[in-house]
Amino acid sequence: MEFFDNHKKLFGAATVFFVGLTILVAIMPAVRNQENNQPLPDAVPLNAQAVRGKAVFVANGCVACHTQQVRNVDMDKTWGSRPSLAADYAGFTRTDAWRNTATLMGTERTGPDLTDVGNRQPSRDWNLVHLYNPRIVVGESIMPAYTWLFDIKKEPDTSDVVVNVPAKYLHGEEGKVIATQDALDLIVYLQSLKQAKLPDGTEAPAFLYKKEEKKKTGDGKAAPDGMALYTASCQSCHQANGEGLPGAFPALKASPVVTGDNLELYVDIILNGYDARPEYGVMPPVGANMEWTEYEVAAVINHERSSWGNNAKQVTPEEIRKIMDFVKQKTAR
Amino acid sequence: MEPHTFLKRFPPLLFLGILPAIPAAAQQAAPSNFSFASGEALTWMLLIFMLAMLFAVLVLKQKVSNARNSYKKKNAGEQARQLEEHTRHLNSEQIGKLIELKKHCGRATAILLLLFTAALSVMPAGSLLAQNAGAPAKSSLLSETGILITIVLLVLPILAAIIILIAKVMNTLDQARNQRNLEEAGKLAAHLRALPEEMIDTELRKRKAALDYKLSHRELSGTQTAADEKGLLHLNGETGLPIVALKKKALPRPNIDPALSRLICWYLGFAAFWLLFGTTVGEYVGIKFVAPDADHVSWLSFGRLRPVHTNAVFWGWASLGMLGLGYYVVPRVSNTKLANIRYGWYALGLINAAVVLGTVCLMAGVNNGGGEYREYIWPVMVLFAAGIVFTLVSFLRTIARRATKEIYISNWYIVASIIFAIVITVVAYVPYWQNGLGETIVQGYYMHQGVGMWFMLFTLGIVYYFLPQQLNKPIYSYSLGILAFWTQILFYTLIGTHHFVFSSIPWWLQTVAIVGSAGMAIPVIAGTTNFLMTFKGAWYKVKDSYTLPFFLVGIVFYFTGSMQGTAEAFRNTNLIWHFTDFTVAHSHLTMYGIICFFLWAGIYAIVPRLTGKEAPQITIGAHFWLALIGLMFYTVPLMYGSTLKGLMWIEGKPFIESVVMMAPYWLWRAIGGSLMWLSHLFFAYNMYKMMTNTYVVDVRETAIQKLHDSTVPAQPIV
Repeated sequence: MEFFDNHKKLFGAATVFFVGLTILVAIMPAVRNQENNQPLPDAVPLNAQAVRGKAVFVANGCVACHTQQVRNVDMDKTWGSRPSLAADYAGFTRTDAWRNTATLMGTERTGPDLTDVGNRQPSRDWNLVHLYNPRIVVGESIMPAYTWLFDIKKEPDTSDVVVNVPAKYLHGEEGKVIATQDALDLIVYLQSLKQAKLPDGTEAPAFLYKKEEKKKTGDGKAAPDGMALYTASCQSCHQANGEGLPGAFPALKASPVVTGDNLELYVDIILNGYDARPEYGVMPPVGANMEWTEYEVAAVINHERSSWGNNAKQVTPEEIRKIMDFVKQKTAR
Repeated sequence: MEPHTFLKRFPPLLFLGILPAIPAAAQQAAPSNFSFASGEALTWMLLIFMLAMLFAVLVLKQKVSNARNSYKKKNAGEQARQLEEHTRHLNSEQIGKLIELKKHCGRATAILLLLFTAALSVMPAGSLLAQNAGAPAKSSLLSETGILITIVLLVLPILAAIIILIAKVMNTLDQARNQRNLEEAGKLAAHLRALPEEMIDTELRKRKAALDYKLSHRELSGTQTAADEKGLLHLNGETGLPIVALKKKALPRPNIDPALSRLICWYLGFAAFWLLFGTTVGEYVGIKFVAPDADHVSWLSFGRLRPVHTNAVFWGWASLGMLGLGYYVVPRVSNTKLANIRYGWYALGLINAAVVLGTVCLMAGVNNGGGEYREYIWPVMVLFAAGIVFTLVSFLRTIARRATKEIYISNWYIVASIIFAIVITVVAYVPYWQNGLGETIVQGYYMHQGVGMWFMLFTLGIVYYFLPQQLNKPIYSYSLGILAFWTQILFYTLIGTHHFVFSSIPWWLQTVAIVGSAGMAIPVIAGTTNFLMTFKGAWYKVKDSYTLPFFLVGIVFYFTGSMQGTAEAFRNTNLIWHFTDFTVAHSHLTMYGIICFFLWAGIYAIVPRLTGKEAPQITIGAHFWLALIGLMFYTVPLMYGSTLKGLMWIEGKPFIESVVMMAPYWLWRAIGGSLMWLSHLFFAYNMYKMMTNTYVVDVRETAIQKLHDSTVPAQPIV
């Protein structure tokens, strides 16, 4: 055919065909998404330190393992309270003259999703220890250790942020581990990663492919699994064996708070966090962040009270409901 | 020591593939605490290094003592004996020439010059090699990044110097041997000249007659033809014990412009280098899944090295490999010379510069923002783009002056893929549509067009040339190739966003991508059918060829790998496999199984034809089988493990449980990766064998040549 034997016509046609399709499926949708989406009113823009922290995140290629997208499928519920929307990314623009926009949605989830990690894991102390070497707090983790984001000083200044690293992980070095500015920036960035609330009256898109619910309680609601909740929200600090991490996170095994009678204090700590003892890191308001109801709180308490040799009285959701109301009133006052 | 703890303490052994059957060892919940900064690791590395040195020293010692022996002054009797020996061992042709020469002897007046008289004193190589990399410093110091980098910087040149030294010594010894042989040839020539006439007449003639004597091969069978009326005879031509199956030799191709062939060889040589470099990085990154504390150096951390691996094998290995083969195919099927050979050199320099700079940037923590394969910042990628623009101009001009009427289908694929690669690079790097989700949509488009329109399309063009050439028959159906070409453009362009199914990009766009992925069945089935039908009636050639098995594996993975991509795109399968290592397995099944195997096939087909030298069959075989088995060990466990992982996520199991569950599969991946890496060492060796010139002076042949040169007077210039 003449058409195929003419290189100008042949390659011209192929190019026009390809470029046309490219405009239809890539450029036009990209431009429309860029033009038609605005950040949510409640979204907090990154502050200067978080912007620097994001640069550290990008430079070290964290996106290779950590996604930042909650998909609209049921299993992604773990990573956020609602599916991510185009508006969540609308605020991202070109980084600088050299670098492209970093939406950091990612395509691999070798590590946990970070969309809402600021709510899920807000403790700076935990984050710093974890960054120094993840295996200090999560023994099974395969995340790299970012020791080069820390200094070791014999005599830390008062302004230095000292990280409690067990001697085993110092490999014979003497002194205190000090977080560098890069490490602190990175943690501020991670702490700022929170899903913004949708404006009132807007319904979040549904999570698809719901799992069939198996266990049913009397009122038709599934009983939460205390062990799973503990693993997801408590274990990274208090550890799987309940022994915590000496010098950083307290033990729950044989803890007077866990096994004692002061349920009010216990529930308060779970819901609103704790910072009473200087030798330990600050506990974030895990229960409030995760929006736990009396069912989740009771499940976690019952799990902690019956594990690692603990053997204390089990509680009921009704009991916890009353205490939660009381605690809420007290906090309000 | 029980094996379990032993393996825990010395995980490097696992990756050497010495003990592959230990999945149980990986069931340990915690990742290995192996670290390169530990004393053990250093000891091991030192030990391996010392062993290698010892081996090198022994080999050299052997060579030196051989050389020394031959230099020892021989007494006259011994020398004469040796010359006699040579004379006795002249072959028939050589004797023939000698007799011929002796006839002219009377007129000959030339004097034999012994050109090479210098005797090289042999270096005491052993003592030089005793310099070592230096004793390890205190191990606590070794965890300091700065010190580690300094040590590496110090050790690297020392290692390089040692390797160069060994190579030099070997080379010198070879030269010395050749010089000796030349001298001996001179003496032999003199000896032959001095042979008395009667000896020529009697002994040499007799000897020649003896050498020329041939059996008629009918001594036992007689002259009657054998009749096998009952069909009992099954003759097997092969005799002896073949260690590797005997394959056909490559035939040297005449009429290849030496300048072009030099260009192609450099392309393919650099490609092999980047393959070795990129997969060494990949191997190390894979090991980090099992031993995350292997090092604590920022430049070597996982997040930085992963893109170094992917980009080096993409833009370094696969791109240069394809272009090198393309520079052969495009002028050949156009039946003309390449238009601008200098542009080819520019492109080679630019692309190499891009990969070197990009690698350094990534390791230093400078990247474009995290989109896969888009990690090089634009000033780096612009070099690559300039390289392919030069190539495109050169190819288009070549095709414009083609001596054939039609444009062979290879050139459709190759030229189109270069045009498309330029288009996608522009779309990916121009900033006007990259804010917010725009970045993600373009990312999906770019990463998939990169593999589909650049690597796949170009490689298909290469296959459309080399497969028929190697099978020595035309492609089965030209029109199937055309159908595949246009449908590939239609469907492949649509499928990019299937990397973001269930994300917040528009639902309709995700659906378009899924439909496009299903449509990909058409070009894939058309292409596979075309290739397999070309094999029809020529299957027997597979066992005689060492390139066809590579093609065959490539075709099989072209079908299975591509169809797997279609299967992965559906929403239901995406639910299980997305975000898991299944994607990693799939990309290796395709980029490695399809692209690499096709490239190797092309390289083994063309390089011997350019250089006239072939690689040893046994190392080509080792390359093939290690790559194939390694790929299987790599991908199958990853696919299995990540399916389990996806199911665990659906069940809502805690995330860390899925990490623990993957441990043995990651170990298998590291083992498979090690085998693949090993196969690349063989490939690099084969490239070396195919490209370097090493030859040994043949004493007898040279002596005859010398006599010939000195006896036959130069033709007077008329």
